[in-house]
Amino acid sequence: MSFLNYLINGLSLGSVYAIIALGYTMVYGIAKMLNFAHGDIIMVGSYLVYSSMTMAGLHPVLSILIAVIGCMVLGVVTERVAYRPLRGASSSLAVLITAIGVSYLLQNLSLLIFGADPKAFTSVITWKGITLFDGALQIRGTAIVTILVGLVVLFGLQAFIRHTKSGQAMLAVAQDKGAATLCGIDVNRTIAITFAIGSSLAAVAGVLFCSTYPTITPYIGAMPGIKAFVAAVFGGIGSIPGAMIGGLTLGVIEILSRTYISSQLSDAIVFAILIVVLLVRPTGLLGKRVMEKV
Amino acid sequence: MLKTIGKKYGFYIVIVLFWLLMTLLGNAGMLTSHFSSLLVPMTYYAIAAVALNLCVGILGELSIGHAGFMCIGAFSGAIFSLLTKEVLPGGLRFFLAFVVGIAFAALFGFLIGIPVLRLKGDYLAIVTLAFGEIIKNVLQAVYLGVDAQGVHLSLDMTTFRMEPDGLTLIKGAQGVSGTPRNSSFTVGIIVLLLTLFLVHHLMDSRDGRAIMAIRDNRIAAEATGIHVTRYKMLAFTISAAIAGAAGVLFSHNVTTMTNISNYFNYNASIMLLVYVVLGGIGNINGSVIAAMILYLLPELMRGLNRYRMLIYAIVLILMMLVNWAPGVQERRRRLKAFLKTRLTRAGKEA
Amino acid sequence: MKKRVLAMILTTALSALTLAGCGGGGSSTTGGSAAPATSGGGTAAAGGSFKIGAIGPMTGDGAAYGLAVVNGSKLAVDEINAAGGVNGFMLEHKGEDDELNNEKSMNAYNTLKDWGMQILVGPTTSGCTIAVSDLAHEDSMFLLTPSGTAVDCVKYDNAFRVCFSDPAQGTESAKYMAEKGIGSKYAVIYDSSDPYSSGIYESFNAEAAAQGLEIVSAEAFTSDSNKDFSVQLQKAKEGGADLVFLPIYYNQASLILKQAADMDYHPVFFGCDGMDGILTVENFDTSLTEGLILMTPFSADATDDLTVNFVKKYQEQFGEVPNQFAADAYDGVYAIKAAIEKKNLTPDMSTEKICKGLMEAFPEITISGLTSSSLSWDASGEPNKEPRIFAIEGGKYIVQ
Repeated sequence: MSFLNYLINGLSLGSVYAIIALGYTMVYGIAKMLNFAHGDIIMVGSYLVYSSMTMAGLHPVLSILIAVIGCMVLGVVTERVAYRPLRGASSSLAVLITAIGVSYLLQNLSLLIFGADPKAFTSVITWKGITLFDGALQIRGTAIVTILVGLVVLFGLQAFIRHTKSGQAMLAVAQDKGAATLCGIDVNRTIAITFAIGSSLAAVAGVLFCSTYPTITPYIGAMPGIKAFVAAVFGGIGSIPGAMIGGLTLGVIEILSRTYISSQLSDAIVFAILIVVLLVRPTGLLGKRVMEKV
Repeated sequence: MLKTIGKKYGFYIVIVLFWLLMTLLGNAGMLTSHFSSLLVPMTYYAIAAVALNLCVGILGELSIGHAGFMCIGAFSGAIFSLLTKEVLPGGLRFFLAFVVGIAFAALFGFLIGIPVLRLKGDYLAIVTLAFGEIIKNVLQAVYLGVDAQGVHLSLDMTTFRMEPDGLTLIKGAQGVSGTPRNSSFTVGIIVLLLTLFLVHHLMDSRDGRAIMAIRDNRIAAEATGIHVTRYKMLAFTISAAIAGAAGVLFSHNVTTMTNISNYFNYNASIMLLVYVVLGGIGNINGSVIAAMILYLLPELMRGLNRYRMLIYAIVLILMMLVNWAPGVQERRRRLKAFLKTRLTRAGKEA
Repeated sequence: MKKRVLAMILTTALSALTLAGCGGGGSSTTGGSAAPATSGGGTAAAGGSFKIGAIGPMTGDGAAYGLAVVNGSKLAVDEINAAGGVNGFMLEHKGEDDELNNEKSMNAYNTLKDWGMQILVGPTTSGCTIAVSDLAHEDSMFLLTPSGTAVDCVKYDNAFRVCFSDPAQGTESAKYMAEKGIGSKYAVIYDSSDPYSSGIYESFNAEAAAQGLEIVSAEAFTSDSNKDFSVQLQKAKEGGADLVFLPIYYNQASLILKQAADMDYHPVFFGCDGMDGILTVENFDTSLTEGLILMTPFSADATDDLTVNFVKKYQEQFGEVPNQFAADAYDGVYAIKAAIEKKNLTPDMSTEKICKGLMEAFPEITISGLTSSSLSWDASGEPNKEPRIFAIEGGKYIVQ
């Protein structure tokens, strides 16, 4: 029974990683950039919800909407100002470093605006969850909602990419920017849409993340950002179901290794397992093998 | 003749002149203590940036775990110095600390290189990140000490028992402290010069050309009979070893390594990557300059108080856009051409 | 070509920066060395002032702690100046950021030295304090850390601290639990990547064994995974622990309290001085803290005039309720004032002489401050004060 409990805890942590990884992998797969600022957009989203809901007293749904729109604008603006000029630079690392700059910028801006003291987030999910077997087994409401939202996002994204013009354009851009341009696809517009969607997903992830772990500081985005990156790679970069599975697996591994091996070394164990998985499947769990052409 | 010497050794001369200038100013009491305390970190971050550039720019493999190798060098060097503090004279001990630190970093580079170099691109990058985090996490949990009974190693502080006269080397999160402060600007510059010499020499050698051939086209290189794995391992191990040397300088400057998650984590690795990219990927000398400037920048902005890190972030983004954006580069080229024609025309008219 | 141009631009920038550094050097070195040079006369001229520096993380993860130390010491300095200074001399104050990084802390120290610092109130955290104490020892600079708890922070004779050391906190906590008979089975959740937290746990564990306390689970977390505590809490619950010892900072503790409540686990929680501040977390549901016991020197709810006045002024100036970091720094400045008065030190003395005077004065003074009504020091640098234990009832600290 206690194993089941730990497994559920793992899934609940993993669901948070998964929802962050979904936004991450989308930007990553289509714009082909490691967006190190993605975690910080999550942080901005959480502060937006916090200030509109707790400080301004707005309705939760309205607050979430404000956060989603705010993050969408932020994502598009940073893409336009900081990332787009570097498209076509001689190395893909250039945009990665700029993303790090954006990450520092957002962190320090929030530090100046909101201060260093942690703020407690009012959870938007008030449902306590399901208790089974007289309390021996407990599934938290936040976990259930996060997994459900994750699934909705997953299928929504899949449908969007398969059945809309913009989605098809994204696939084309992801595969070959040059050829996409030749087919009359506006690459800049497509990538801007990708960032808009990715960043609004970050806002949603921020709300769910902070509902589960309700303390906000200007630096809360950094670690989830890295973990989501790991989860995205774990599942196979660019694969949307892979991000979901990667996130859930990562959460379960983290919790189980902390439970049964060592709570001090759980970070190391998670990373060691990641390495082993990548050695066996060099492109992640659901990643496609790309044939090398000479 | 003079031109070739200038081309080949110009940068060494610049560094030596920089050292001379700083030393003279320092001796004349013209440097603030703040500025002179920055000189040593500037050298070791420059060395670490060169190490990473060897991996990223020359070998062409993105690593975001190089702070881990620096960490290995720092810890092994510091432990050696602590053990021999009473036995060996300062200079020799410090030299041997370098040998130990470099050897351990190289060993880890080699061992980690075996699995890492089988992967490609971003997958390789994330595995280096993973190794960097593993090194950090394990070192934070380790208790290591020596006493009359021998060596004690434990991952659990509650079972770690030492004789009263024992010497505790690593104390979990409380890290290593009491390392002698042997690093100086002069030693840092010497190590930097040796590093540059080694890397430039490697690039000009047969091995170096093979490594760069692999970077430019692995399949073509393999087809011409270059042993890809061997050369990749060579470059990666040397890169780790150099990062280890930077680590030894680090630990013998800071003397107390606690809370290592604040300076040997992936953020530190990414910081090194920032130095490399801003200095120019594959441009070894550029890494040195970029590392020094970017280390100085936030320190010299201390007067701006709480705004300094914000301004640093903006400067970083702007520098990237100016140096890398194709649009900006094009505009710069046009401006230069424009000025050139204007000047020559003006010259003709005059 | 492009690379060369870039290299040239960078070199020019470097030399410009270097020169900027030198320029600053010229002026402030003279400023710094002027003090000993003029020590013969020139006191009366402008009265002179003592320069007090403070160091702590003002950006980055630990910013809340460093800002509190800098603000707390600043408040004390302003108050003292408004009341006429120390023996007629004014105090000057300057805070520097160390980003919770030993190397940056050393840089911060050197920046303050260039400014002419004569007395250091800081650094804020243990690792940084140990690293900086090496430098301060070489320079004979008096160092008083408000909150560096590790044993080694005060290993030099010129280093003192305001807070209790890690071993003192761990040992006192275990003793208190045994004496008062709170709890029958104990669990610990600590941060194994933090020297403060693991230091307290180490000594707690030793004393708990001596007192015969039964520890059913001791689980760690690290700064890389400090959000989800379900495993640690689950293990404590399964072991039947009715007291959970949390030698950690309030930031993580607030998450632990929430998660424990969510899983319907309600043991007694027991924290150390890092727990102080939990009530000041904005928008935090303080009902979760009901019954929390903490050993901290400072209570913002205390009703004595000193505390009321301090909390009011701090809130006016900085917009936040002060925590023990701020209080420790505040008391530290007042202790320095008392010590200066005791030995009749003057700002024109050399830093060394001031250091020596303060080192002699500290074991002799007793002050009444925010963190203790009678605060005195050993020559070893450790404070003598009674440990204060509070329990939280109805969102307020109640003295135990």
